[in-house]
Amino acid sequence: MARVKIDNYAYREVPRLGFVGWLRWIWRQVTSMRVALILLLILALAAIPGSVLPQWPQDAAATRGFIEENPFWGPLLDRLGFLDVFGSAWFTAIYLLLFASLIGCIVPRIGVYWRELREPVAAAPTRLDRYEPLTSEGDGDPPAVLASARRSLEGGGPLRWFTGYRVRVDERDGRDGSELALSAHKGHIRELGNLIFHVSLVGILLAMAAGSMLTYRGQALIVEGDTFTNAVVAYDSYESGALFSEDDLDPWTLTLDRFDAQFDLTGNPTSFTAFATLTEPGQEPRAVEAEVNRPIQVDGAKIYLQGNGYAPRFTVTDSAGEVAFEGAVPFLPQDAVYTSTGVIKVPDVTDGEQLGFSATLLPTAVVDGDTAQSLHPAPTNPVIYLRAYTGDLGLDDGVPQNVYELDESQLSPVRGDDGEPLIVAMELGETIELPDGLGTVTWEELPRFAAFDLRRDPTLPWLLASAISALVGLSMSLFASRRRIWLVAPVGPHAGRKTTVVTAAAWAPAHDAGVRDDLERVLQQATGRLAEDPTTPEEP
Amino acid sequence: MNAQQLSWLALWGATALYAIAMVASSVHVARVADAKVAARTKATAAVGAAGTAGHARADGETASALPTRSKAAGIARSTTLVGVILNFVGVVARGVEAGHAPWSTMYEYTITGTFVAVAVFLIVQSRRDVSYLAPGVTGFATIALGIAMTVLYEASTGLQPALQSFWLVIHVSIAIIATGVFIVGAVATVLQLMRDYREGGTAWLQRFRWLEATPSPARLEALAFRLHAVGFVLWTFTVMAGAVWAEHAWGRYWGWDPKEVWSFVIWVIYAAYLHARTTQGWAGRRSAVLALVGFVALILNFTVVNIVFQGLHSYA
Ligand code: HEM
Repeated sequence: MARVKIDNYAYREVPRLGFVGWLRWIWRQVTSMRVALILLLILALAAIPGSVLPQWPQDAAATRGFIEENPFWGPLLDRLGFLDVFGSAWFTAIYLLLFASLIGCIVPRIGVYWRELREPVAAAPTRLDRYEPLTSEGDGDPPAVLASARRSLEGGGPLRWFTGYRVRVDERDGRDGSELALSAHKGHIRELGNLIFHVSLVGILLAMAAGSMLTYRGQALIVEGDTFTNAVVAYDSYESGALFSEDDLDPWTLTLDRFDAQFDLTGNPTSFTAFATLTEPGQEPRAVEAEVNRPIQVDGAKIYLQGNGYAPRFTVTDSAGEVAFEGAVPFLPQDAVYTSTGVIKVPDVTDGEQLGFSATLLPTAVVDGDTAQSLHPAPTNPVIYLRAYTGDLGLDDGVPQNVYELDESQLSPVRGDDGEPLIVAMELGETIELPDGLGTVTWEELPRFAAFDLRRDPTLPWLLASAISALVGLSMSLFASRRRIWLVAPVGPHAGRKTTVVTAAAWAPAHDAGVRDDLERVLQQATGRLAEDPTTPEEP
Repeated sequence: MNAQQLSWLALWGATALYAIAMVASSVHVARVADAKVAARTKATAAVGAAGTAGHARADGETASALPTRSKAAGIARSTTLVGVILNFVGVVARGVEAGHAPWSTMYEYTITGTFVAVAVFLIVQSRRDVSYLAPGVTGFATIALGIAMTVLYEASTGLQPALQSFWLVIHVSIAIIATGVFIVGAVATVLQLMRDYREGGTAWLQRFRWLEATPSPARLEALAFRLHAVGFVLWTFTVMAGAVWAEHAWGRYWGWDPKEVWSFVIWVIYAAYLHARTTQGWAGRRSAVLALVGFVALILNFTVVNIVFQGLHSYA
């Protein structure tokens, strides 16, 4: 044997559709199968750059950095879509082509399947020699023997349609006169599973496409004690699909009562829990909890706990002694021990210049000579290092500003007695006085904040259903067997005799070793004897 | 002895036993090959003498001539069995030590995956004689465990909040089982290709007489297909469970994170393999090559992708 040839469609050689119909069927299969195969391989290849190169949707900062570092390749790859592979025209083209081919392939196959189910089973081949036949002699006349084989093949019980064979028996002219031929076929479950699987793939694609149009998603950061109201303006960032209307947002409110963060001794997080109160319109407020893997459910949406950190609360008075700022300021954690940075902007001073502060929080500060660092994320010894600025915060020119950054272009640092920019360390509850009577800063409290990601995608149940049916179809298709069994018993010259000689053969794809057992079982059931097996070559 | 030491000792024991099993099973396979060749020569001679085709089996597989119960086979079987038990003890002890299912680091994934691969082999072996797969499977297990113990070892830690989930256990355990099945499938496919090219006359393969101990390429293909089919269904489930988990943990079911990209690529390559099996001109050698490409992607996903690419999965 020079080369393995596995032809799963060999059983189609049993004439049934007629030669031309058969050719057309094969041609259709072969051409589209090859196209599907090539498209699948291209799809796999095309996805790889998406994991190797930085991607805009996944990591915009890294992608920007990549383009800046590679002045030639960066912009070129960007223009060719390699920095957003999964949104690129070529990737979309590949999978749309694949699905076009899939639909073009599946529709005719459903038709063929439907007709096949209603057609009678194909008759047994006239000669069984090429299928390594077995023979056995059984008591009773041929019709009785074959009837018993038929019962055994068709099976019984409610699962009959799934587990049994479809059977037909004809009387026909054989080489030695008249004979009864039984033909049994099983394979419709396999094909059904295959169809279900491929149709479900289309279902998955449709659900994902619909999902991207009907979904909305927003991020909100809530400080302990604060309340969030579900409206587009309240989100820090918000995006929605083309078909989602903002009027559909249900105005519920969410109050973050307490955020609990647990760390082990080395500072690894062990649990995060947000305890909150949810009030839906027209309903009693109820207590809810969110953990990293357990979102809060509300109005068809889920609220995921996405991040957390500290939001120190400050009061700032200006040079006139008036309170110019009061509130909690979220600080962004920069590392695993929650060294966090944030800025305080004080635009509304009664007179003089605007104030700005940039600050670093060390939750468990340890000072070592000139440097200080945090040893643990829990607030055991929280210290804030504060740098003050005066000048123009640049808030009035209408350009939206990043709340976590100071625009220092029109600000000048407040200097200490030595003329260097002043950095003050402050502890919780402390009030510091700024030089030159600029005012005071008081650190009142250290609440935590929780960052939530809210998402509604009404197509998720459809997606899940498609995925499950794909899995079921796939299992049916790969594990159900495709078998043919034939039994032939001559009636002519032996008429009137008490026993019947049965010749039996079977066909199944090469990987299905169980078909011989099936055949022997049926033959034994029919004749009451073990089959004689003169030659059973181990390997075909 | 605490759980950590027990795990450590058991796994080194398993590594050593797998190594012995590899040698013993190789010896066995070589013996079977010799016996088959000898039987075939005799059969051909007999046929020649009788002048008729008779009932002589073409590949000389007369049951009596095959040394299926040789001493080497016995050693291979018992060392593999004890090895897999020790491997299991090592995995469980590690889980006890870590306080969670032992598959959140590369080290844990490797020791568990090795156990599954050998267990899958033993399950198949209990149904039919596939001892020709033994050198490949135990060899792979020896190397993988050895690398795990020497390079990948990390002390156990608690789990990050993002990893504490029922879905972790489901998603990762099925992924490991799928990997184990694919490993055995890949061994069968490699044998299939070697057998196939040897029969096709490829020169350097003629030296490997032990290949005579394996069944025909068509039967190896059939076995490999069954394994790959099981692996593929499990992998499909892995990807789906991963999406459910991602939906719970990160609020999106699919985000093209490097690990997700590669899981998808692996899935698509194996799907292409399943198609290729029934496509004219691709069945046989080419589809076998696709299965191996899928296996390489699987290994890359576990090694390079874990180490090099940053993503939400990179704590693995
Ligand atoms: C999104 C693209 C596709 C994917 C992911 C896919 C996946 C699969 C998988 C996993 C199998 C093996 C399991 C089974 O037998 O059901 C399979 C089988 C099959 N596919 Fe597809 N398929 C795709 C597109 C197509 C297309 C376009 C065709 C059109 C020819 C096609 C025709 C078939 C056929 C005929 C089989 C049965 C092979 C056999 O006899 O075992 N598939 N497909």
